[in-house]
Amino acid sequence: MIEQRNEEDLFHPVDHNRFKQNEIVRPSIGQFRETVTNILRNKLAVLGMFILVIITFFAIFGPNMVPYSYSDQNLEAKNLAPSVEHWFGTDALGRDMWARTWYGARISLTIGIAAALIDLVMGLVVGGISGYMAGRGKLGDRIDGFLMRIVEILYGIPYLLVVILLLVVMKPGLWTIILALSITGWVGMARIVRGQILQLKEQEYVTAAQKLGTSHGKIIWRHLFPNMIGIIIVNLTFTIPNAIFAESFLSFIGLGVQAPIASWGTMANDALGVILTGQWWRLFFPGFLISLTMFAFNVFGDGLQDALDPQSSD
Amino acid sequence: MERLLEVEDLHVSFKTYGGEVQAVRGVNFHVNKGEVLAIVGESGSGKSVTAKTIMGLLPKKVSRISSGVVTFEEDDLLTYSKKEMQKVKGSKISLISQDPMTSLNPTMKIGHQIDESLKLHTDLSKMERKSRVLELLTLVGIPNVEERYSQYPHELSGGMRQRVLIAVALACEPQLIIADEPTTALDVTIQAQILDLLKDLQQRLDTSILIITHDLGVVAEVAQRVAVMYAGVVVESGSVEEIFANPNHPYTWGLLGSIPKQRQDGARERLIPIEGTPPDLFSPPKGCPFAARCEYAMDICVEKMPDSTYLTTDHASKCWLNDSRAKKPKEVAMAGRSR
Amino acid sequence: MYILKRFLTMIVTIWVITTLTFIIMHSIPGDPFASDADVLPEEVVENMREKYNLDQPLPVQYLLYLKNLATLDLGPSIESKTRDVNTLIADGFPASALLGIQALVIAIVFGLILGIVAALNHNGLLDYLSMGVAIIGISVPSFILAPLLIKYFAVDWGLLPVASWGSWEHTVLPSVALATAPLAIVARFMRSSMLEVMNQDYIKTADAKGVSTIGIVIKHGIRNALIPVISFIGPLVAFLLTGTFVIEKIFAIPGIGKYFVDSIFNRDFPVILGTTIFFSAILIVTLFIVDISYRLVDPRIKLSSKGE
Repeated sequence: MIEQRNEEDLFHPVDHNRFKQNEIVRPSIGQFRETVTNILRNKLAVLGMFILVIITFFAIFGPNMVPYSYSDQNLEAKNLAPSVEHWFGTDALGRDMWARTWYGARISLTIGIAAALIDLVMGLVVGGISGYMAGRGKLGDRIDGFLMRIVEILYGIPYLLVVILLLVVMKPGLWTIILALSITGWVGMARIVRGQILQLKEQEYVTAAQKLGTSHGKIIWRHLFPNMIGIIIVNLTFTIPNAIFAESFLSFIGLGVQAPIASWGTMANDALGVILTGQWWRLFFPGFLISLTMFAFNVFGDGLQDALDPQSSD
Repeated sequence: MERLLEVEDLHVSFKTYGGEVQAVRGVNFHVNKGEVLAIVGESGSGKSVTAKTIMGLLPKKVSRISSGVVTFEEDDLLTYSKKEMQKVKGSKISLISQDPMTSLNPTMKIGHQIDESLKLHTDLSKMERKSRVLELLTLVGIPNVEERYSQYPHELSGGMRQRVLIAVALACEPQLIIADEPTTALDVTIQAQILDLLKDLQQRLDTSILIITHDLGVVAEVAQRVAVMYAGVVVESGSVEEIFANPNHPYTWGLLGSIPKQRQDGARERLIPIEGTPPDLFSPPKGCPFAARCEYAMDICVEKMPDSTYLTTDHASKCWLNDSRAKKPKEVAMAGRSR
Repeated sequence: MYILKRFLTMIVTIWVITTLTFIIMHSIPGDPFASDADVLPEEVVENMREKYNLDQPLPVQYLLYLKNLATLDLGPSIESKTRDVNTLIADGFPASALLGIQALVIAIVFGLILGIVAALNHNGLLDYLSMGVAIIGISVPSFILAPLLIKYFAVDWGLLPVASWGSWEHTVLPSVALATAPLAIVARFMRSSMLEVMNQDYIKTADAKGVSTIGIVIKHGIRNALIPVISFIGPLVAFLLTGTFVIEKIFAIPGIGKYFVDSIFNRDFPVILGTTIFFSAILIVTLFIVDISYRLVDPRIKLSSKGE
C-alpha cells in the first residue's frame, strides 16, 4: 500500500488515532500472582515443591502400604537387604525399614511443622509488640528494650545446647521435643518481625494512616501484616528444615523420640555400627531422606525468596 | 576547531527477558577540544548508555554494540582491547558519576580513592602522589585537606563527596571528562555550587566535558553545545544559543516548554508537559520516534526517519517539517486538530 | 566505652545462662544419689550429699556455685570420682579446640573461595557448580556425612584412620565432616554478598578509573563483601560447637563434646552444668570478639556508638 503511494502524498497531518491502537498495554499482575509465576519459572523451586509433596504423600500413606508396622519385630527376618518382601530391607530386630522410614517421615514433618508454627506465633507476638511499641513513649521503649534484652540473651546461647538441656530434665516424647525446640526457636522470627515493623513504620503510607487516625489494629492488619507476609513465609521455609534437622540431630545423640518410635535420626544412629558391615540400606534410606527433605525445603525457600524479591537474585 | 571525540552511527542494544532493547539507535555527535557538550534527554533516551559505551563500561554479558565508531585521538575506542581501554579510562577520559552517595567505596579512605588513578596511570612517587591528591582536594574546594585525606566517605556530605568524585576524575588531567547527571542527586543549592566548580575547572584546566543531563537549566549554565536525544536518537544538536533561541525540532520545543520560567511580573508561567510516553524500544517505530507525541506529525513521520537538516553549519535537526514539501508547523497543527 | 559496655553485657549474659542452667538442672525432683540410697549405707549417701553441697538449701547451693565459678572452679563430677569438671574440660579441650579451629578454617577459607568464584561467574557453569555443591553441603547432615566418609576414605580405600585420636591423620575426616555444612553456608552468604557489592556504583567508579578486573575484585569487591560475612562467624562457631557433639561421638574423639553427651546419659549434672557454661562462655566471647573486629573493619560503625 504505502510503497505504491508517492512520498509526496505523505506530507499530510497524521491521524493521531492510529497511535492509540499501537499502544502496548501490559497487563498489571498482582503481587501474589507474580510471585506464583516467578516460583514456577524457577525449576529448582518447582523440583523442591514436587519432592515435598511426594515425601508428604508417603509420610501419610507409606506406613500403611506394607503389612508391617514400624515396631513389629521379626527376629527371623533381621538384617535383610531390600527385597520384594521388605522394600527397604529390615533392621537388626527384623523391623521393616519401609514402615519405619515413612513413619520417621511422619515424625520429622510433624515436629518440623509444629515447631515452626509455634515459632511463628511466638515470634509474631513478641516481635510485633516489640516493634510496635518501640519509639512509642517511655513505656513503649521500655517494653521494647525488655523484650529485646531477652531475645538478645537467648540468641547468645547455642540453640541446640538449650534444647539438649531441656530434654535432659523433661520427660522424653514427641511434644517435649516440639516444646524444647520452640522455647528458644522463636527468637529468630521475633528479630525478623521486629526489624520489619521498624522498617515499615518509617514508610510514608503508615505515617499517613496514623495521621489520619486509623486504629492500631487496622494499621497492623492492613498495612504492616500484608507487607511482612512474604519474608515471614520465606523464614518459615527455613525454620521447618532447621527443626527437622534439630530433631534428627537430637534423636541421633539419643535425646529424641524414644524406642520403639522410629525417627530418621534414631535410624541413622542405629545404622552407625553396621555401615561397615555392608548393610548400606540401614543408613541410606533415613540418611537420604533427611538430606532430600532438607534439600527440598532449602531450594523451595530460595525460590520463594527470589520470587518475592526479584532483585535479590539479580 | 579541533575535534577531540567523535561518535558516529552508534547502535547499542541490551538483551533482556522480554527481548532485545535497542537503547541507542544511530547516534552521531562530536566534542571539540576545550568545549562542554551537553546531551539532554529524558530517562530512557539512551544518553547514559551512550556515555557508558564511550567509557567501555557497558555490562559485557547483556549488551551489544552492533555498529558505530567512537573516534578519540584518531583511534576507534570500540576496537580497543580491555587492557588498552583500561589505560585510557581514568587517565585520558574519566567519569563523574551520578550518585555521590554510592559512588565512593565506603571502606576506603578518600585520599586513597583519588590516589588509585594516579598510582595506575602515572610514575609519581608515593610522596608526590600524596601532595598531588592534596592539591586536587584543594582544587575542588575541600577545606582541611590533610584531615579529609584520611577520612571515609560516610564522614562527608553529599556535596563534598561529589567534589571528591570530581577530584578523582581530574586526577590524571584527562582530555575528556564524562559527567553523567553530576548534580541530579544533590540539593538545589549544592547543585549550583558543583556546576560552578565544573565550569570553573573546565576553563582553568582547558579540558573537554561531555555532560549528560535531563535538566535544561544545567545545559544553559555550563554547556557551549548541546545534543538533544530522544528514544536512542539525537534529534537536534547545535550551539546552546542556537538551540535556546531558535529550536527547530518539536521535541526540543516541548522540552523548552517544560522548564518552569519566572515571568517578569513574578507570576509563574504554566508548565506545559509533553503528552504521552516515549516509544517501546523493544520494537522501535520505523519513522520518527517522536511522531506519536508530536502535534505536527504527518504521515511521512510515521513511515520514514528524517535525515539531518543543517540549519547552520553546526545546527542540525531531524524533522520532516524542514522538508520543503511540508506545510508550516502552525498550519499542520491546525489541520491536525480539526480532524 | 562501647567495649566496656559490651563487656559488661557479656558478663551478665554468662550469669543469666549460669542461673538458668542451674535452675533447670535442679528442677528435677530427687538427687543423683537417690538410686544409690537403696544399695549404699545411709552414712555414705549422706557423706556424698555433703560433699556436693546437696544437703544445703537450693539458694545456698546456688550462691556456693556462683562463688566457685568466680574463681573458675566448676566443681566436682559425680560420675568420675577422681576428675573434677575443670580437669575434664582441660582434658577434652585440646582435641575439641583443634577439631573446631581446623573445621572453622576449612569452612571459612573454602567457603569464601567457593562464594567468590560463584559470584564472579554469576549464572555461569562455575556458579551453578559451586552452588550445587553448597546446597548439597547444607542438605546432608554431618552425622550422615561422617559415616559415609568413614566408609569410603577409611574402610574401603584405607586412606585415613577410621576413628580415634592421635596423629594429624586422625583429624582430617572429622574436620571435613564438621566443616561441610558451615562451608556451604559461608559460600552462599559470600556469593550473595559479593554479587551485591559488584553491583554497587563504586565498582563502576573503580572501573572508570581504569582499575583492572582483578584489582576491582580484590580491592573493592572482596573487601566490602567480607564485612557482612564477619558478623556471620558468631553463629558459625555456635554451629561448630554443637556439631562436635555428634562428630566426637562418631569418631570416638576424647573431646568436651563427647564428655558432654556422656554426662547427659549419666545424668552427671555438675558436668552438664559446667560444660554448658564453658560452651556458652566460648560462644559469647567469640561473639564479643567478632563484634569488636566488625567495628574495626567497617569504618562506618564507630566503636563509641551502638549500631543496630
